[in-house]
Amino acid sequence: MSVRPPLRDVVAPPGATETPVRRPERRGWILPAYTGLVIVYLVLPILVMIVFGFNDITGRFNFTWQVFTLEHYRTLGDFPDLIEAIKNSLLIAAGATIVSTVLGTMMALALTRYRFRGRAGANLFIFLPLGTPEVVLGASLLSLFITLGMDRGLLTILIAHIMFNISFVVVTVKARTQGFNREWEEAAKDLGASPWTAFRTVTLPLIFPGVLAAAVLAFALSVDDFVITLFNAGGELTFPLWVYGASRFGVPPQVNVMGTLIFVIGVALALGSVWLQRRRGEEIVAGYLR
Amino acid sequence: MTTTVETAAPRSARWRRAGPPYSLLLPGGLWLLVFFVVPMVSMLSVSLQEGSLEQGYELTWRFQTYLDVLGKFDRQFIRSIFYGLMVTGALLLICYPLAYTIAFRGGRWKNALLFLLIMPFFVSFIIRTLEWKFILADDGFIFGPLKNLGWLGQDFRVLATPFAVIGGLVYNFLPFMALPLYVALERMDRSLLDAAGDLYSSRTSAFLRVTLPLSLPGVFAGSLLTFIPAVGDFINAEVLGGINTTMIGNVIQNEFLVNNDYPEAAAISFLLLAGILIGVAVYAKLLGTEELTG
Repeated sequence: MSVRPPLRDVVAPPGATETPVRRPERRGWILPAYTGLVIVYLVLPILVMIVFGFNDITGRFNFTWQVFTLEHYRTLGDFPDLIEAIKNSLLIAAGATIVSTVLGTMMALALTRYRFRGRAGANLFIFLPLGTPEVVLGASLLSLFITLGMDRGLLTILIAHIMFNISFVVVTVKARTQGFNREWEEAAKDLGASPWTAFRTVTLPLIFPGVLAAAVLAFALSVDDFVITLFNAGGELTFPLWVYGASRFGVPPQVNVMGTLIFVIGVALALGSVWLQRRRGEEIVAGYLR
Repeated sequence: MTTTVETAAPRSARWRRAGPPYSLLLPGGLWLLVFFVVPMVSMLSVSLQEGSLEQGYELTWRFQTYLDVLGKFDRQFIRSIFYGLMVTGALLLICYPLAYTIAFRGGRWKNALLFLLIMPFFVSFIIRTLEWKFILADDGFIFGPLKNLGWLGQDFRVLATPFAVIGGLVYNFLPFMALPLYVALERMDRSLLDAAGDLYSSRTSAFLRVTLPLSLPGVFAGSLLTFIPAVGDFINAEVLGGINTTMIGNVIQNEFLVNNDYPEAAAISFLLLAGILIGVAVYAKLLGTEELTG
């Protein structure tokens, strides 16, 4: 252990003749190894899901590895309620994404581009649904629908999903438009553009990456939502509700197969978008160099 | 005369500036008002009603329901808070070194590591939890062989114990703790550490007096993002737990959707929400962070 001179000796600690030597970064292996272990822990259930989707089960339980098979992929269409549930999920997610992205983007624009009375209050108000447990959100909406005597079904699920998505969209778009310069829009107007043209040709392209990210997030949250949907679904099935119902006793291979398909599509889309962005960046740089 | 003209002009200009934000906020604000605020009021009213599903409900302002549910479900309330604290504490311990390593030692692997970190989000929440039930099953592919070898007793089990429920919650909310910690550490000014070194600070004291205080906003955000959903969760307790691990979320779900005792379910929901709001306020005071709304 090195003896640390008191900090009060501002200029030269006793015995020090030169400026302090910067110690080289310690390059231990413990932290990287630990990080690797956590990553393995995170990925383990995903690997299990993928592997056991190819498992040819003999008994009722899918517990041990038997023989490799593609059977479960081939027979996926034989489960009409699964197909119905996926259709419902996609329909609701599409509707919820469009409505919540439009409403949320408008709110984010108001909050980042204007100073006005009640702005802090509006920020807090939009944050509140994010700080409420899902089970309370679901239960309170159910209370409302019961009080109104409204039947639960696809419409009530859609209403609920738009509600919880709006706050996520606002937060996401806000994060990407914080440094947005209003004067560019003013410049377009000074040059004779109508407000709509200025928005379409200046504002929208600038905020578009944020809006797209928010829409992707809204879609993913909607497709994945279980708790709020359970409270407001009535007799309708969405994909997570189907999974839950089908897995009362053990996990059927179809759940692993559907999970794997969604996982592969999701990862491919994410990596694809990263690759596209990088390529576009390179094109812009190349354009400047030319 | 001239003064009125002078003040009138800026005022109309100010109104023109103020018009757009309010009209942009209106549609989304109305949606949140009707489907977030009104449901809360409706739930408050339901919690003060009496009656049954068959005969209908009537508002009788019966506050006794709140005391009833506190007495009836005290164990689930306490258990939920305990599990929530355990999960948040465990995640802080697990994620701080992880976020630190990615932020300071990630190098060119930074983006790849972050991508691996959010990998579980590409699998739906319910399937993730079911896979843990499958992995931890009493005769599953891990414990089955170990039992056959005699390394574990035949009655050894993890499922249906608090370990399984807390473990499931830890797994499901890990990225919510790791990402805010990473962001806080990543945007830290590294030259501050050099400065600490120049002032003869040891590595440990530089960490304790520079890095740790600067990462507190991340600790705050991560704790909220994990504690709130963990305390209200019922999926993990339902899938991985047993009769001795039921949480308050299970009670709300059961009272609402199975027993149809709406006043009790609404009262429990309100108590949960109030408890969380008070807890967050106290925590914010303690840490002195005002970055609540970002």
